[in-house]
Amino acid sequence: MLEIISMRVNGKDVELAIDPRESLLDTLRRRLGLTSVKKGCEVGECGACTVLVEGEAIDSCIYLTVWAKGKSILTVEGLKSPTGELSPIQQAFIDEAAVQCGFCIPGIIMSAVEIVGAGRRYERDELRKLLSGHLCRCTGYEKIIDAVEKAVEAKLASQRAG
Amino acid sequence: MFDIESIYEAKSVGDAVRALNERPDAELISGGTDVLIRLRAGKGAGRPLVSIHELSEIKGVELQENGDIRIGAGTTFVKITNSPVIQQYIPMLGEAVDTVGGPQIRSMGTIGGNICNGATSADSASTMFTLEAEIVLEGPEGERVVPISEFYIGPGQTVRQHAEVCKYFLIRRDSIDGWHGRYIKYGKRKAMEIATLGCAVRVKLSSDKKLIEDVRLAYGVAAPTPVRCHKAEAILRGRRTDDEMAVEEFVKAALTEVNPRSSWRASKEFRLQLIAELARRALADAVRLAGGKAADEIACWRSGSLAESDMADDTSCKATADSASCDSMADKEVCAKTGSASTDANRRSRTGEEEGGGRDA
Repeated sequence: MLEIISMRVNGKDVELAIDPRESLLDTLRRRLGLTSVKKGCEVGECGACTVLVEGEAIDSCIYLTVWAKGKSILTVEGLKSPTGELSPIQQAFIDEAAVQCGFCIPGIIMSAVEIVGAGRRYERDELRKLLSGHLCRCTGYEKIIDAVEKAVEAKLASQRAG
Repeated sequence: MFDIESIYEAKSVGDAVRALNERPDAELISGGTDVLIRLRAGKGAGRPLVSIHELSEIKGVELQENGDIRIGAGTTFVKITNSPVIQQYIPMLGEAVDTVGGPQIRSMGTIGGNICNGATSADSASTMFTLEAEIVLEGPEGERVVPISEFYIGPGQTVRQHAEVCKYFLIRRDSIDGWHGRYIKYGKRKAMEIATLGCAVRVKLSSDKKLIEDVRLAYGVAAPTPVRCHKAEAILRGRRTDDEMAVEEFVKAALTEVNPRSSWRASKEFRLQLIAELARRALADAVRLAGGKAADEIACWRSGSLAESDMADDTSCKATADSASCDSMADKEVCAKTGSASTDANRRSRTGEEEGGGRDA
């Protein structure tokens, strides 16, 4: 009993057959091959499956695909420039050595996209709170917060310049 | 893949009521942050779901012409916290729902789900009790309004019937104008945590800010359902904002109105301590937010965790505290005579020493 739905994924309109019982996580990974979306805890605690739905970071493991009908979804695959370069946020994670095993990073980057998109500066404690829906077992978070701080600064600088 | 028979996306509240009425085994799903997790654990598996996730008619916060505030049941926590109406009129509620889960959960979970789940730990519930929220339900027989004080009947149980859908919450102007409040959540960590205890206090001060004209106190996880403490409130009404004795009577009365249990999260004894301490702190915060002066004792206990740095900042007090070393009742009396500044320092000193040990008075 598949159902045909359409949604916008990483800037492209897609029409695909889904099972109404499946999570957005499964649809993105298995049907669309977007494997940056990680399956971690599957109960909305670890944040590894975080994607943006209409610009808002959500846990795709507890979001039914049928709810994404007609909506715009963004994953890490949608961040690279048309020429294939990394986004400034991704680059900031590399520059700050914020990545160790990397499993949690795509989810954190998607939360960072929402944070950076707000176009304002945050205190480190505010960033900690905004990233508190993610678990990272390697880094101790310091470098991750450094990276997000750097990405926020870069965005603000580009806003001033532009 | 979730173990559900089917999912029906309702077109309207009435449509959801009809769908639920047709299938006695159907489950209502809103934000999904609790229902889908239960399903994944195999609880209630194999049933049909009726979804109200996409219903815009029950989303949003609205200030009505008569000054009442209407909060759609499908409004997510983030939307409540960011609502200009909430920020201006009931900031306490925006802060309370900002303690739920983590950012992603707060962008998914709804206040209707938080309340209708029937959990005593719901972070919005105690605040909604102090707001005397009215819950508007629509069922096969039409609409009815239930005061939140009559909504909960047991752990995970509410008066909402199977085919009823919670549409919105109504906060009356009488519970908004002149009121200030604070919700304090105690948990072992700051995020992704279910409250070990939650305490909500709202106060209304007299025009000169000296008296507590009215007060409301409610808790989460202090009983099988969220509870309001009417006896404690009655004691504090009409008393001075900085009356330490009144605060202690208030706290003592509250302890008679709760019924916490031991769970793996915390023992009954620890919860009782939290019930007392969080009431003091939330009351002091609420009084300050209202522009009044809170009792000194409370200010001291509040700074308990900051005891050392506070003292280091104030060397004269530190000296007094060190020489007097206020541990015993006798010492406390000596200290009390040395003046208010040093008394504060001594109290802080004791608080620091007793961290984790609790309050002796």
